Amino acid sequence: MSTASVPRTAAGPPRRQGRGRGTGRDTGAGAGATAGRTPGEGRMAALLLSPTLLVLALVIAYPLISAIHQSLYRAQSGLDADGYVTEGEAFVGLANYVDLFAGESGRRFLNAFGNTTFFTVTTVLLETLLGVALALAMNRAFKGRSFLRASILVPWAVPTAVSGLLWRWIFQSDGIANSLLGSEILWTAEGTASKLAVIIAEVWKTAPFIGLLVLAGLQIIPEEVYEAAKIDGAGWWRQLGSITLPLVKPTLLVAVLFRMLDALRMFDLPFVLIGPGKESVETLSMLAWDESNQLRYGSASAFAVILFLYVAAVAIVFVKVLGADVTGARQLGAKRRERQAQRIQKAGAAA
Amino acid sequence: MRQRRHTWQTLLTGTALATAAAVGLTGCGGTTAEPKADANAAAAFEGRGPINYVSSRDASGAANKSIEEWNAAHPDEKVTFIELPDSADQQRQQLVQNAQIKSDTFSVLNLDVVWNSEFAANKWILPLPEDAVPSGQMIPATVDAAKYRDNLVGAPYYTDGALFYFRQDLLTAAGIPAAPKTWDEMKSACEKILALPEAADMSCYTGQFDKNEALTVNFSEAVASAGGTVVDAEGKPTVDTPEAKEGLSLLVDGFKEGLFPSDAITYLEEQGRRAFQDGKVVFLRNWPFLYSSLSATDGSSKVAGKFGITSIPGTDGTGVSTLGGRNLAVSPFTANKATALDFIKFFTSEEQARKRLELSSRAPAYAALYDDPAVVAKRPFFPTLLESLENAQPRPKVVQYGATTKAIQEEAYAALTGEKDTDTALKDMQAKLEEISAK
Repeated sequence: MSTASVPRTAAGPPRRQGRGRGTGRDTGAGAGATAGRTPGEGRMAALLLSPTLLVLALVIAYPLISAIHQSLYRAQSGLDADGYVTEGEAFVGLANYVDLFAGESGRRFLNAFGNTTFFTVTTVLLETLLGVALALAMNRAFKGRSFLRASILVPWAVPTAVSGLLWRWIFQSDGIANSLLGSEILWTAEGTASKLAVIIAEVWKTAPFIGLLVLAGLQIIPEEVYEAAKIDGAGWWRQLGSITLPLVKPTLLVAVLFRMLDALRMFDLPFVLIGPGKESVETLSMLAWDESNQLRYGSASAFAVILFLYVAAVAIVFVKVLGADVTGARQLGAKRRERQAQRIQKAGAAA
Repeated sequence: MRQRRHTWQTLLTGTALATAAAVGLTGCGGTTAEPKADANAAAAFEGRGPINYVSSRDASGAANKSIEEWNAAHPDEKVTFIELPDSADQQRQQLVQNAQIKSDTFSVLNLDVVWNSEFAANKWILPLPEDAVPSGQMIPATVDAAKYRDNLVGAPYYTDGALFYFRQDLLTAAGIPAAPKTWDEMKSACEKILALPEAADMSCYTGQFDKNEALTVNFSEAVASAGGTVVDAEGKPTVDTPEAKEGLSLLVDGFKEGLFPSDAITYLEEQGRRAFQDGKVVFLRNWPFLYSSLSATDGSSKVAGKFGITSIPGTDGTGVSTLGGRNLAVSPFTANKATALDFIKFFTSEEQARKRLELSSRAPAYAALYDDPAVVAKRPFFPTLLESLENAQPRPKVVQYGATTKAIQEEAYAALTGEKDTDTALKDMQAKLEEISAK
């Protein structure tokens, strides 16, 4: 019945079959996938991958190392007697990082760090709820479905800076938002309202992204499962909780992970919608930009490195703890299991 | 046709320089205070040949016309117009980056007056010979704004000053004979005007108070109009003074007393224009570029033909405008400095300034042009603007302008929103500015 499968790809080390804690549906299929690679294959794989690795080293590793290096230096500037800048870069060790937690710059950093985290948590949460709802709506068969799908995607297609401008008009003091609400909220001034404005605009823009990915996940759920559930008398909510969500979970986790990584780097929307220098919405990226704009490349790099570490930590936690299947390894396994199940079914029918 | 003949060469040199700089940046270890190449030593303007003029776009096409005229007369020293983005921040960033890698691509730089000190102190622009501009014929404030520590480092290209827009129709209806010259006069004029039935929903005054460069402008003007300064002649901050307090209090009280519209804290130039144009405010502080859209007779402006202009109000007597505008400067890294200097002299000459007025409403640096009947017929606000400019003060002339304006915005904004009281805000501002200037 269950046979050892052939290695899936020649490239890359064989992956362990994902055995996420949540699913519990693994049947042990593909346990023999680790076997069967010759040394020659390994060399070939390395050769074929080398251009990719070279490009990655150039565009990812080098800037990263360069940023870390830069973050250990600080421009020493002063004015000489004639008013000219005497400038040089001095090695300051971790002083740029220490400064992130002290004094005025420390206050700004913690504020930006808090904002970044707050925006990430709130926007991703709302986007996920809204995105799943959108996907469920788009997945149903009804008249004008393709029109709905296309129209839902429009916000995602609008460049962020442009949508920032559009929302700026909506949120200006005599804009549509205030006249609809009959209020006089100053959305673009410092304060809670500006945070809310950013969240609304961000969710509007990115919920379709989650919706689209989840829709793709929904479409691979076979119709028969739902039919069986209906026969068993399961209502809509029961179907959602017991069939749809568990089966769409791998896709959803990847979508949420991507959105979180994106939201942590948020820059353009608060920058355009509320404006640079507004502490209520200042994110880590904006802070790094501001520092480099003031020619303090050392501390700008320190901010960027911290942001990188933060993003990396979130990604690792997400993949390890929640078992988000970013590389698609588990899905391949699932497909194979599905095929096997079909074979068994066929065999059973034939008997 | 203007052609980018040297695109490839410049691109290659640019890339090579960028690479070299990147290698240098990452390669050099813990060296301290590496001395800069002495730009001053090469202040002799030598070398002739094609140059690049780097500037923000001129939508009117007037600058392009001046360049075409130069190119026709100097076929061997052609000038290529390199356009930068519209955003001032991005312009500055590109100019700074090119200076830092000592690229010879940018020859003549178009600099905002507030960048003057930073570029001069970093030796990113060359000191100019005293005779480079006919300073006697220019408005003194514009020449002053082109100097760094008494050395001329730029040639005034165009300038800008604040205008005080007021509703002449409402003043007349309330029986007020002349536009107010001081804040107190403005307040009492408003009391009378806002009592009129047609002005029932209006507010008295607005400027620009969003956390932005415009707030620095409005704050500096308020402080200067109350007789104070933001920084003194040596660049030392002076905002912890009774005069500065009086100035900031004008704005803080404006919000507290309901003199300004409640949403004025979100106003930039554009929102202020709309408020005035839609009849929401009686008085407005803004730049001259509004004049044409306010007087548009196509129905877009409710105030066309109903408003007047004068200088902004002060505490006793007329207020003090800040100075906007642009200077042209020569990069020390360009090969053809003699051409660059000649081009600047040509471009900022009175003759060219007059020709550009045909197309552009940018205010020239030459005082004589403001009285010229032919010019005034086309730009009716020029005589008032000249009054404003003759009295104008530059914004803080400091090397660390970016950090300075940010500190000013933060503290002034905190005072306007009531987050800090005026004394605390000014004390904190003084402390921040002292820290910046000590660096």
